[in-house]
This record gives sequence, C-alpha cells and structure tokens, in this order.
Amino acid sequence: MSGPLQDWKSQKKPFAAVASAPVFWLALFFIAPMTIVWLYSFGQNAGPADIDISGTLDNYKRATEWLYLSIFLKSLAVAALTTLICLIIGFPVAMAITFVAPKWRPWLLLGIMLPFWTNLLIRTYALMALMGTNGYMNKGLGGLWEGASWLRTLVGMQPLEAWTPVQLLYNNFAVVLGLVYVHLPFMVLPLYSALDRLDKSLIEASLDLGAGHFKTFMQVVVPLAAPGIVAGVMITLIPALGAYLTPDLMGGTDSQMIANVIERQFKRANDWPFGAALSFLLIYAMFILIALQSMRSNKVKEVR
Amino acid sequence: MTETKQPIIQIRNVSKRFGRVTAVDNVSLDIRAGEFFVLLGPSGCGKTTLLRMIAGFELPTEGQILIDGQDMSLVPPNKRPVNMVFQSYAVFPHMNVTDNVGYGLRISGVSKGEIRDRVAEALELVKLGGFEDRMPDQMSGGQRQRVALARSLVMRPKVLLLDEPLSALDAKLRAQMQFELADLQDKVGITFVTVTHDQDEALSMASRVAVINKGEVAQLAPPSDLYEYPANRFVADFVGSVNIFEGTLTLDEPDKAAVDCPGLGKVYLNHGVTGPHGANVWIALRPEKIYLHVPGEGKAVRAAAQDAPDGHNLARGTIKGMSYLGDVTLYDIHLEGGQIIRVSRPNLSRHDQDDFTWGDKVSMHWRADSPVVLLS
Repeated sequence: MSGPLQDWKSQKKPFAAVASAPVFWLALFFIAPMTIVWLYSFGQNAGPADIDISGTLDNYKRATEWLYLSIFLKSLAVAALTTLICLIIGFPVAMAITFVAPKWRPWLLLGIMLPFWTNLLIRTYALMALMGTNGYMNKGLGGLWEGASWLRTLVGMQPLEAWTPVQLLYNNFAVVLGLVYVHLPFMVLPLYSALDRLDKSLIEASLDLGAGHFKTFMQVVVPLAAPGIVAGVMITLIPALGAYLTPDLMGGTDSQMIANVIERQFKRANDWPFGAALSFLLIYAMFILIALQSMRSNKVKEVR
Repeated sequence: MTETKQPIIQIRNVSKRFGRVTAVDNVSLDIRAGEFFVLLGPSGCGKTTLLRMIAGFELPTEGQILIDGQDMSLVPPNKRPVNMVFQSYAVFPHMNVTDNVGYGLRISGVSKGEIRDRVAEALELVKLGGFEDRMPDQMSGGQRQRVALARSLVMRPKVLLLDEPLSALDAKLRAQMQFELADLQDKVGITFVTVTHDQDEALSMASRVAVINKGEVAQLAPPSDLYEYPANRFVADFVGSVNIFEGTLTLDEPDKAAVDCPGLGKVYLNHGVTGPHGANVWIALRPEKIYLHVPGEGKAVRAAAQDAPDGHNLARGTIKGMSYLGDVTLYDIHLEGGQIIRVSRPNLSRHDQDDFTWGDKVSMHWRADSPVVLLS
C-alpha cells in the first residue's frame, strides 16, 4: 500500500493535480450552495426576495414545534417501515441470487437494476395506474372476491355482495408501497455483495455440525452479512426519509412527509429561512445516523 | 447394536451425475470402523463428490450409502453421525476459538459445563490450549485447521470426513500434520475418511487407499500393496513414479514369467502372472528398483545374482538428464531402444552423485521380483 504512487504524502503534486478538479467542483456546486442555505436557516424574510441573515434561532424553534416535529417523526416511521419491508423482501432475493448458477446472476442483477434506468416519475405513474380503482390490482382482487363468492354458493352459502373497488391510492399504504418499490434495489445490491462474499462452506459447516437451516441462518448468515445489512439499511433509510415525489403523488392529505413540507416552504409559502431550517434538521438527523453507523463499524474493528 | 465386523460406511452402487457429467460411476466400497481410509485421485475424479455424498451435501443419483448400517438416503447433513473438516476449514470468522469449537454442542443443547469441558479437551487434543479467545483472523492456516479439527472431533462423530486437509499448508507443516493426523486418529479411534490428490499423503497416513479414476475405483488396497502391486497402469503411474513399457507375454508358468518389451529388452519375473500367452501386457518398473553401472559391469552383477536367465533384466543407455535431490539423484536415460527410462539412485555416500554424469554410457539391471506385469 505504500508504493510511490499510492502514498499521497510523498507525491503531493500529482495528488493535488488529480484532486483539485473534484475538490473545486464540490466546493463550487455543493459546499457553497449548502452553506448559503445553512446561513438562510438563521435568517428572516426582509421582503419578497430579500433575506436578512440575522443569526436568529426562531426558524429552528418553529421547526421543532409539535406540528412539524410530528411530521418529522412520522416521516421517520414511514422510512423505517419501508426499510424493514425492503430488508424482509430483499434478503431472500439477494440470497437466491447468490445461489443460482453464475451464468444467470448478471441477468438477475440486471433485473434488479433495470428500474433505475427508468425515470422515477414514470415509474411512479405506472404504479399508480396499476393501483387505481380501475387498475389491475383492483381487478385482480375483484376476481378473487368473485371466486370466493362462487365457492360460497357452491357449498350452499349466501353469495358475497358485489365487489366494490378498494381505495389503494392516496393513503399511507400507497406511500409505503411506493417507497418500497422504489428503494428495494438499494437494499438488494449491498445485501447481494455481502452474501456473495460469504464462503458457502461456512453454511455447510454449520449444517454439518447439526444446525438446521433456521439456526444456520441466524447464527452464521445474518452475523456475517451484518455489514451488508447495515449498508442496505442506511442506503434505504436515508433517501426514504427525504422522499418527496412518492408521498406527493401517491399519498393522501394525511400522508405528507417532511420533504413535502420543506418544498412548500420554499415554493408556496416563500419562507426560505424556515425551509432551510427544516432541511438542515433533516440533514442533521442523517448525520447522526451515519455517525452511529461508523461508530458501530469502528467498534466491530476493535473487537476483531 | 452393531457388530464390530460390520463396515461403518457401506457405499453400494453409488453414481452421481451432474447434468450429463458423471462424477461418480457405480462405486461400491466398504469402510471399516476405526480405519484411516483415503480416497486418492487426480482433481475432478469424483473423490470429493463421494465424500460430500457421505456428508449429505450431495445426494446420489443412484445407489445407497449406509452409515453404521442405516440408510442415509433421506437423512439431511445435520442429522448424520459424521462431521467434516472442509478444505477451506470453514472456521466461523465471527466467533473466537471457543465458540467455534463449541458451536455444534451449543446447537444440540449440551449443558454449559459439559461444553466447557469438552471444548477444553478437544483443544488439548489438537494442541491449541491457550488459544481459546483468539479470533480466526489472528491465526495461521495450520492453526485454523486445528480449530476445524477440534470443532468436528468435539462432536464425537462415528466418522470424520476430511476434504484435502493438508493442501493449503506449506511442505514442512504438511509433513508434520501427516504424522499428527495419523496419531490423532489412533488416539480418538474415530474412523477417518480423507480425500487427497497427494499420493505421499495417502501412503503415509492411510490404512487403506481407494484410488479413484474418472469416477470409478481403480484399486482399493493398503498403501504398500498399492505401490508394490498396482492393479493397472493408472494406479502404477499415479502412485509414485514409474517406468512403463509395452510388451508381449512369452512365458507364463506358476513360478516364472517372461515379457518381451521392444523398448526395454527381455524382462524376466520370478513369479507367474495370469495372462494368456502372447497377450499384450505392460511392464512397470520403479526407478529406485533399477541399479546403475558402468557399461558391462551390470551384466556381471546380474549374472552373479543368478535370478534370471542370461540376457534378461538388462538394459543399456546414455544419460540424458540428471537431477540431484540431495537424498537421491534422478537420471533420465536414453535407452538403446529409443525410449527414456528413469532411474533413481540413493546417495549413500557424499559424492555418489559424481559417479555418473550427462552423456555417460551406462548399463542397468534389476531383480527378477521387481517388475510388475499389468494387464490393463
């Protein structure tokens, strides 16, 4: 690792040459605008287009009022539920991919990644078309309902009353379903890479020593896939927490998430300082999550 | 209760096919209780598949495997009275040595006190006392292998299966582990079944060896029989190094036989073989059983021994290659018949390797009980 080209300390000039472009890019297009928004969060509106950065903490005080805090907590709950469902669905999927013949794996991974290549908006509208009152989901459920009704008549019972389409869209259920749909690949890919690295003979060794499949899963597979699980959870939870489009399109009036509230401050309410404060509260929360994760992985390293 | 005479493992007409590939082809063999059994063969011969079928990780396409008299067809790996030491050792990287070794006992609900005692005992057995709290990544390959051994032995299996147990160790450590494994097996009295592609390993550890070729048993015999009485050319060639010459059986009586090999000369044996007169056979001659002389001297020595008629068991050639290995020197000799024969000569005194060198014309002889006649 300490070859002449690897060590940036002994090769400062080439390192600076290579690093300057991305550093410049980050400074200009990320750090500078974020700093401006961060400064806004300590300001107040001085006119329709003027913001006076007075160092006030009023925006943060308002952002931690129950009205906003409750939306914040609800967003966290929705994101956590989304992550949990993604984990429950994603783990078997990732595991199955590692067990199929190597020649099929790239195709299955392609299948997982394919949705990435389609615009989120289009995917969301497609999902909404499926879930509408006249969509295929309702038609499918209606078919099952009628089948059940027919079975009842077959055994001499009263038929069920006619099928009325269920409201699948514009509620919290739709938001979670939409978020799971969007974020599942984020969960599957890190899980896959962790499980793929797992030596299959460890599983066989566990079976050989008398453990059943469930015990082997809990005692060997899950602990060894832990880094992948943590990575998958983080990479799913963080974007789900800041989700905007899905709750906006698929949610009802009571299913707005924090990002929707932030958007409203910047646009309709034209209250940039307050929007900035809400945004940074969200960013702080994410920082805490990331810090917790890195503390945990340092701890694991120490134990080793 | 089982009788002591009953084999601990009975493999009956077992075949295993993966798609169109036949990995194991109608193998039948018995493994006796308490023996150190070795499955020896080149890579891809099906020996590991056979071992994995005993462990239960693969199911036979045809045939039946019985362990301790019980059919294992429907018994999953975690319910079989056998344990396996994997080629990669498969030591759980997230557990320390104690937890690794105690894993199987914890799973089967053995009490904590008993686990502690048995783990300590097993670690003592594999000489890993003092390593209890080590994590696998703080250990060498040899130490990890001992953990894997202890983890299996602690279960007190009827049979311990070892998949290429020494292949990942360096040469010195391997030689040491060969002795230790044999010693360990003697101590615990458990039947060991080992898979290896290394003939030295097989010869030094095994009580019996099954040589596997292309999914079939080529020969099943104790190590010395395998070496001295190979059943066919594959075994002769695979186990040790050998010179093979094609020839015709010209004489076959109960106490003597002769084979005429165009490449080597007339070969005389002081025992009979059971082959039809005039049959096409092969002569196998081990390099260390050929004596090297300065030209002419071989004939005199051979004649003095009087164990073969004149003109038999003699050859002449020119040294084409030589490799000094310390304890022995190997010579590749270009025979007058055109073929190359390999001779190994022990360096009994310090400068023996200087007796012959490249380009020397030499004569050779061998004793009448040295050549082996192979019919296939």
